[in-house]
Amino acid sequence: MGYPHRPHERETTVLSKHFGEKEATTLDGWKKRGGYTALQKALGMAPGDIVTIVKDSGLRGRGGAGFPTGIKWSFMKPGDGKPHYLCCNADESEPGTFKDREIMRWTPHALIEGCAIGSYAIGAETCYIYIRGEFTECIKAVEAGLKEAYAAGILGKNAMGTGKTVNIYVHRGAGAYICGEETAMMNSIEGRRGNPRIKPPFPAVSGVFAQPTTINNVETLAAVPHIINNGADWYKQWMRPDNPKSIGTKLYSVCGNIQKPGNYEVPMGFPFKDFLYDLCGGPLPGRKFKAIIPGGISVPIQTVDEAEASLMDYEGFVAQGTMLGSGGVIVIDDAQNLVKQIARAARFFAHESCAQCTQCREGTAWTTKILERIVAGDGTHEDLDTLLEIAENMTGKTICVLSDSCATPVVSGIKKFRGDFEALIKKKKHFPVPAVA
Amino acid sequence: MSARDGGRERYVPVFTADSARRKELDDVLSRYPTKMAALLPALWMIQHEHGWVSEDGMAEVAQVLELTPAYVKGVVTFYTMYHQHPVGTHFIQVCTTSPCNVCGAEAVVDAFLKHTGCQELGQTSPDGKYTVIEVECLGACGFATPIMINEDFIESVTPETVPDVLAGLK
Ligand SMILES: Cc1cc2nc3c(=O)[nH]c(=O)nc-3n(C[C@H](O)[C@H](O)[C@H](O)COP(=O)(O)O)c2cc1C
Ligand code: SF4
Ligand code: FES
Repeated sequence: MGYPHRPHERETTVLSKHFGEKEATTLDGWKKRGGYTALQKALGMAPGDIVTIVKDSGLRGRGGAGFPTGIKWSFMKPGDGKPHYLCCNADESEPGTFKDREIMRWTPHALIEGCAIGSYAIGAETCYIYIRGEFTECIKAVEAGLKEAYAAGILGKNAMGTGKTVNIYVHRGAGAYICGEETAMMNSIEGRRGNPRIKPPFPAVSGVFAQPTTINNVETLAAVPHIINNGADWYKQWMRPDNPKSIGTKLYSVCGNIQKPGNYEVPMGFPFKDFLYDLCGGPLPGRKFKAIIPGGISVPIQTVDEAEASLMDYEGFVAQGTMLGSGGVIVIDDAQNLVKQIARAARFFAHESCAQCTQCREGTAWTTKILERIVAGDGTHEDLDTLLEIAENMTGKTICVLSDSCATPVVSGIKKFRGDFEALIKKKKHFPVPAVA
Repeated sequence: MSARDGGRERYVPVFTADSARRKELDDVLSRYPTKMAALLPALWMIQHEHGWVSEDGMAEVAQVLELTPAYVKGVVTFYTMYHQHPVGTHFIQVCTTSPCNVCGAEAVVDAFLKHTGCQELGQTSPDGKYTVIEVECLGACGFATPIMINEDFIESVTPETVPDVLAGLK
């Protein structure tokens, strides 16, 4: 991983190979490491052939949903006479996730090259990299990289001397988790409030500025130059023999109560148990793991048994009751009040709800209130039923899945750690005193 | 910087003809097919010049981008990073979302309140130097507790290092 630790011998560093190397952030340093050879190659190919290679490689979106990237690109029809756009999702706000930040601050040119190849492949002359407003270091690094790339003729009207136009710009966010949702992001780029849009129409039909648009995560795009240079079969060396649906390497951010937090890159199918205890050093001295959330705070909580039985790929995590999500591994140990942390997660979603949908606006607020009441010692057993009922009403009924995401830790928490809730309810610190008028 | 109400100082426009900011805005406008798309960048420029986005600032942006002030205000209020009031010289944001919370982020918040003399979250210290707020995930959860002071990140802050962090501010 290179930063903040040296890579562990069991890591497979493709994207993270040059993390922590100051020189790699510059154009010269990047070229020395093989930078922009993939773009040169891609610009000499037909866009459709690039899409085919990416499709064959099995690369799937690393932003959370895991949609096959090549298939997403194939929805775009270059030459339809309309302006096309690529939006790179660098909003990275999913609690537990901080991998795109490392890609941008250590290897900005890897992202720029991936964006340029992606733009050309989908027939877009313009790409916006939407970076969350708080990531000032990333914004500086990517803007400096863009400046170098334009000055060197890599980008612009005559990209790498091929006569093709590739423009890439940074669009700075201004503080809103929801702008990571792709249609909210498009609104934000257009200078609007970041409210998600109702789909359909899907972005490939009517996206940013009502034109065909593709949205891809930073890590997804950063993987593309490697695939173009080395081919689809090369990428397929990283998969479980029995699961061809998850291919390649994946960056995981690890945080919470664990010895060695940080970013780690491992191939699809890596055993999660080895990952947690060997690579990340296991629990803090004298503590035990209690619960693991492996894919950012929006995915179901795992028990330690489920986590230890998981194989790290899209299907492997589903088989153990959760999802790969964004790859943000959150570790919670036995010294924590788990219900308090679930309440804190709910507060996060209540704060970030864009408030368009009633179920989400009201549901996130009520969920937070009830959970905080339980944590304060004023909960009742009916509260758990109420929470599950609210969660039911928040799932699958709204414009975007933020609402579902708020319900997820609550439902999985009550299902798998009901005893923790009940202990707080039984322990009632004090009885609520009715207000006297 | 003008006071919020009463004793208003005269607003100094940011996008006057031939100014550096006007040039910067023109450059930004060339990147998008609509004028409205320059709204977020224009608001950032206002905040960088004045420290916050006042009603006058919103009115100026509205005029330059041919939007209504009400529309601009609707956008400003959606995003948490635009300050709608003046803030302390050092605007301190401490992440307390679950991943940082399990690593003790709340104690870091308390330490900042104590050492800055801020009475409460969101209030500016009597000397005008500090404002402390809790913030949702800063995208640096492996470096608990990360904080932001104005535009700079500081990682791995603990209650013990808070005095040093403050002493290091200009
Ligand atoms: C509430 C919400 C927040 C999201 N936040 C992010 C984010 O911060 N970064 C990201 O890449 N994708 C995020 N997504 C997923 C995007 O909508 C989108 O699926 C993704 O960027 C597509 O890129 P990919 O196919 O390369 O994964 C979010 C989705 C939702 C519903
Ligand atoms: S689900 Fe929530 S965040 Fe998503 S559109 Fe509806 S109100 Fe907004
Ligand atoms: S939860 Fe604190 S930075 Fe992510």
